[in-house]
Amino acid sequence: MASFSLGRRRVLPGFAPTLGFTLFYLSLIVLVPLAAVFLKSSGHGWDAFWAAATSPRVMASYRLSFGASLIAAFINLVFGLILAWCIVRYEFPGKKLVDALIDLPFALPTAVAGIALTALYAPNGWVGSLFAAGGLLAPLFGEGGAKIAFTPLGVLLALIFIGLPFIVRTVQPVLEDMETELEEAAASLGAQRWTTFRYVVLPTLLPALMTGFALAFARAVGEYGSVIFIAGNIPMVSEITPLMIIAKLEQYDYVGATAIAAVMLIFSFVLLLAINGLQAWSSRRGSKR
Amino acid sequence: MSAALHLAPPRARAKYQDNPATREAPWVRRALLILGLGFFAIFLVLPLVAVFTEALRKGWAVYFASLADEETFSAIRLTLIAAAIAVPLNLVFGLSASWLIAKHEFRGKQLLITLIDLPFSVSPVVAGLMYVLIFGAQGWFGPWLQAHDVKIIFAVPGIVLATVLVTFPFVARELIPLMQAQGRDEEEAATVLGASGWQTFRRVTLPNIKWGLLYGVILCNARAMGEFGAVSVVSGHVRGLTNTLPLHVEILYNEYQFAAAFAVASLLALLALVTLVIKQFIEWRAGQSTTKDA
Repeated sequence: MASFSLGRRRVLPGFAPTLGFTLFYLSLIVLVPLAAVFLKSSGHGWDAFWAAATSPRVMASYRLSFGASLIAAFINLVFGLILAWCIVRYEFPGKKLVDALIDLPFALPTAVAGIALTALYAPNGWVGSLFAAGGLLAPLFGEGGAKIAFTPLGVLLALIFIGLPFIVRTVQPVLEDMETELEEAAASLGAQRWTTFRYVVLPTLLPALMTGFALAFARAVGEYGSVIFIAGNIPMVSEITPLMIIAKLEQYDYVGATAIAAVMLIFSFVLLLAINGLQAWSSRRGSKR
Repeated sequence: MSAALHLAPPRARAKYQDNPATREAPWVRRALLILGLGFFAIFLVLPLVAVFTEALRKGWAVYFASLADEETFSAIRLTLIAAAIAVPLNLVFGLSASWLIAKHEFRGKQLLITLIDLPFSVSPVVAGLMYVLIFGAQGWFGPWLQAHDVKIIFAVPGIVLATVLVTFPFVARELIPLMQAQGRDEEEAATVLGASGWQTFRRVTLPNIKWGLLYGVILCNARAMGEFGAVSVVSGHVRGLTNTLPLHVEILYNEYQFAAAFAVASLLALLALVTLVIKQFIEWRAGQSTTKDA
């Protein structure tokens, strides 16, 4: 039987059981396993941790993973904004299809993306052969042409693929909700289209752009499946950090694997906090209007 | 991940292109369309086309022969088992967490939301490693599990656990903002009128969130069936036993059986396309019911 309890703060039932179950399940699946990484990595002493987390091969993998992820996120920032702009503001044939397929990298299993990109960009692939020796675009890169797959460039392409929807899907709703009054005011005051975009539209989109950038960057640093096929995995050249964890595990080097994982987790936490801050900023901005 | 449902905007032409203040010069518009759609075609469409072309390169006979393979069947079976356990578990969790967060006030709510998001920002490889550290031979429970002859890592339970972890936030992430936006007036009214908690949930809340719920479930399912990194760490790659479909793709590919690898990959690509179609349908239906109410 329900009792009239509107005077109390809690009206709706189910607080205690849902709180209990939510915390229990969260701890069981996420928090305890996370704690395992930090406890295990601290269990072998600071020196062992530091040596494993900063060996030259691992350092090279950080440079590639973080560097390529940053560049990929920047490229997606530009083209993601253009795509979101086209979808919201323009009419073109097949627009619904384009809008739907933007989410493909979310839905397509990463291993499938990985082998498909490799097939495209390998020296005998559709795109790769254009750049390989004797290809149509090869002379642009000198005698031997350019190699895309099995180099850091291949890693970059895979990271662009998986990151694109993050930017489009964070910018698109903001662009859709944006009232046209501000742009009309700017135009009536004599602003050119570019000036309006630069000083009116872009500042409004900025929080969403930064959120999308951070999401794409975070995803790219941890990405594994779509990268390992196209990377070629050459030590010191095209090994990504997640692959280093797998390599250490395969050698039964649990200390090494755990140390690298701890570094990646700390990085994830920092980015997650940044993303939360950005989203809070972005919703405050939205509500002001 | 921002994949929340949003309604289709009004026709872009009427809103923006017939308005001199929000219109670009035709050459700018054309240039942006070429840049945007060109990027889209090269980076998204081309890989998708490549999957199906490579799968059918040697004809339909080879395609079906690669699919009708004992090991492919066992990979399909394991993928379905993992998803059939992970999706319902995370569905129940999503309902519980979103009821807690959207319908109640308590301290630390924001922290809880952040923690629920955590698995999205953890690398799948690290996610897999976490379970190796707990259940593996060198892990906390390793010796005990070995003594009792229970296998979790390099066996099916490990694969299920890894799948549960990487798909953990999907349903909760869809439902929390949706239920927060809907507020609690309707539920409070039902409760005051004498409905039990369960009746309120089933008759009032559930009809309101059904599209968001379905959306979360199909996203969760797509990821559960497609997960690679986390599952790869805990699987041990025992053929016919601990290979899911994505892992089977990897093995075939590494053995240079490209046609077979792409044939199996095309199944997963079809799953992705079906997911996107259902997602479009849900957005359309959700948009319809909102316009009707308005």
